[in-house]
Amino acid sequence: MQQIKISESHAYYGDLHVLNNVSLSIDKGEIISIIGPSGSGKSSLLKLLVGLLLPKSGTISISNKIIDYTNKAHLNYARNKTAIVFQQYNLFENMNVLKNVCIAPYKIQKRNKEEVEEQAIKLLDKVGLKNKLNSYPDELSGGQQQRVAIARALCLNPEILLLDEITSALDPELVKEVLDTIRVLASEGMTMLIVSHEMVFVKELSNKVVFMDEGAIVDFDTPQNIFESPKHFRIADFVSKILK
Amino acid sequence: MGYTLIYSQVTEYIPYLLAGAWISLQIVILAFSAGMFFGLILASIRTFGNLTLRRTVIFYVTFFTNTPQLVQIYFLFFALPEIGILLSPFVAVLIGMTLNAAAYMCEIQRAGFLSIRQNELDAARTMSFSIVQQVRFVILPHIMKVLFPPLSNHYILMTLGTSMAAIFGVEELTGRAFNINAETFRSVEIFSITALVYIIITFIATLLLAIIGKYFFKAKIRIIQ
Amino acid sequence: MDRLIQELPSFLSIWNIIFLLKAMGVTFLLSLIGCLVGFSLGTLLAIFRKTKSALLIPLRILIVIYTEIFRRIPFLVSLLLIFYIFQIGKITDSLFIIAIVTVCLIATAFISEIVRSGLESVSQTQWDAAKAMNFSYYETLKEVIFPQAWKVIFPPAFSFFILFIKDTALASQIGVMELTFAGKVLNNKGFSPILVFGTVLILYFILSFPLDRFGKYMERKYATN
Repeated sequence: MQQIKISESHAYYGDLHVLNNVSLSIDKGEIISIIGPSGSGKSSLLKLLVGLLLPKSGTISISNKIIDYTNKAHLNYARNKTAIVFQQYNLFENMNVLKNVCIAPYKIQKRNKEEVEEQAIKLLDKVGLKNKLNSYPDELSGGQQQRVAIARALCLNPEILLLDEITSALDPELVKEVLDTIRVLASEGMTMLIVSHEMVFVKELSNKVVFMDEGAIVDFDTPQNIFESPKHFRIADFVSKILK
Repeated sequence: MGYTLIYSQVTEYIPYLLAGAWISLQIVILAFSAGMFFGLILASIRTFGNLTLRRTVIFYVTFFTNTPQLVQIYFLFFALPEIGILLSPFVAVLIGMTLNAAAYMCEIQRAGFLSIRQNELDAARTMSFSIVQQVRFVILPHIMKVLFPPLSNHYILMTLGTSMAAIFGVEELTGRAFNINAETFRSVEIFSITALVYIIITFIATLLLAIIGKYFFKAKIRIIQ
Repeated sequence: MDRLIQELPSFLSIWNIIFLLKAMGVTFLLSLIGCLVGFSLGTLLAIFRKTKSALLIPLRILIVIYTEIFRRIPFLVSLLLIFYIFQIGKITDSLFIIAIVTVCLIATAFISEIVRSGLESVSQTQWDAAKAMNFSYYETLKEVIFPQAWKVIFPPAFSFFILFIKDTALASQIGVMELTFAGKVLNNKGFSPILVFGTVLILYFILSFPLDRFGKYMERKYATN
């Protein structure tokens, strides 16, 4: 079942053409990795889906509903279906871990407080942070903060999880704990769009890989084809540099 | 309401008014420069002097920054004659503003001194800079950059502060507004024009300071946002 | 010097002491009310100034004009302008109200800038995260931004409050019975100006200094938190 469809979309940051005629189709339960050099538009693609970047042209539909990102109701719909985890975790500094995870479901999705707390605690346990409920973000390591961010995203009950370079800001030894968490989620059937530099991880986990360069999607294929028999020079170049 | 705004009746006085702005400028430039000079001396004593001297400076600065400039000038103007020192209004205002400015600038400049980080000095020393060279190439540029925004800000505050000279009869911008008001009674017109002149003056000053800051000191100041 | 000692007992009469204390109260009240109103309205202005909707552009322009104007006019000129407008419009005879309106207008302009700075000091990532989770502009401000911005807003806001106490001295020029005016009254009564203005200076100091220390203490406390 098709869950995300982006057709011929263009987006700009001021004068910068960050997404150039981008088209992509993703089915439910698929795990798609997005790779490419810096500035190629990978993060912009995720921000497009969640309404942090407005498309200038093209269509985007989520669960077969076309989204007009300037329409409040559509925006709510899109944001209810998706959840994004940022590279810089973006946890709310003025709230403890539990509140960070609970606040959106409780205040914005207007769910029942006890039910949300229960789910939050379960999720935090799942990411291995059950004993940090009352800690504040600045008391946690990068890896811990990132795991809280993942729990926070999951507590929104999204159908699609967007992960934007979630290990890039972490010290190497903290990367594994985050990747392990993602592996568990993958095995549970969550649709995921993952922007990452961790090529081994990308190869291991993804159903398909998107290669982006200069705002455009250069190729969209299985990991084997992208890594072992790349069709374009740019991909081959990039892959060889990364996998050295 | 029985009152109509008649700006035409005051236009003839505008050159007279604007000439007052020139006097305001003189006051602020003199007081600012003198204040900066004495402030520097005070800041040096405060950083490098012995305990008694430091305490004296602290007392001076605390006193002048916790009392109003207006009352300080009142004291100079009315109280000093008691002990035989008669000051003209202009001089009293100038001295008052200078003493006040020196206190604030002492604090500002002291912050500048303290902002020099040890590693910058170390780096200069390891590259065999002499003391003079350290001062010239490392310390001074850094200090100027750090000090420029707060000093510029204080300059603007002082420019607005010159308006209290009017209370003592000095014929600067506000003082002349008083005079024109006494003659024509077109109060709202006059004071709104005076306000406009102050806005223009401070705008120009901020602009110039921003340009100077950018090109000479590489310090950035916001004009408007 | 002997005149001082001679006059001291009659100067420190009960009536005078109460008179001065009442005037101190007025000074404090002017500053306090000005800053409380200034903080409430200033926060509103800052919030509206940061909205992005195209519909609100005229409002944003008005806010910018308002804050830039009232920050670039001397207190004295603002006071007189309001004074004459109120007088001519026959709005009120009360000098105190005129002074309050003026201090509120000025404080609002300055504090809205402080609040705005505070809001801008919170990283854009906090806004992004909230936005992605569908927080509205106001929900984000309330739940995420303000709690964090408060640390950056409070010190300069409190600092402004203390500074404002000194600015209220200018209200004496329209006859409001605050501390400086009380000084002028006593001076006109014939007491030695050294005694009178010296005492007034000391009283301002007593008002301002403890608050200043409190502010510095709070700053240290906030910094370590």
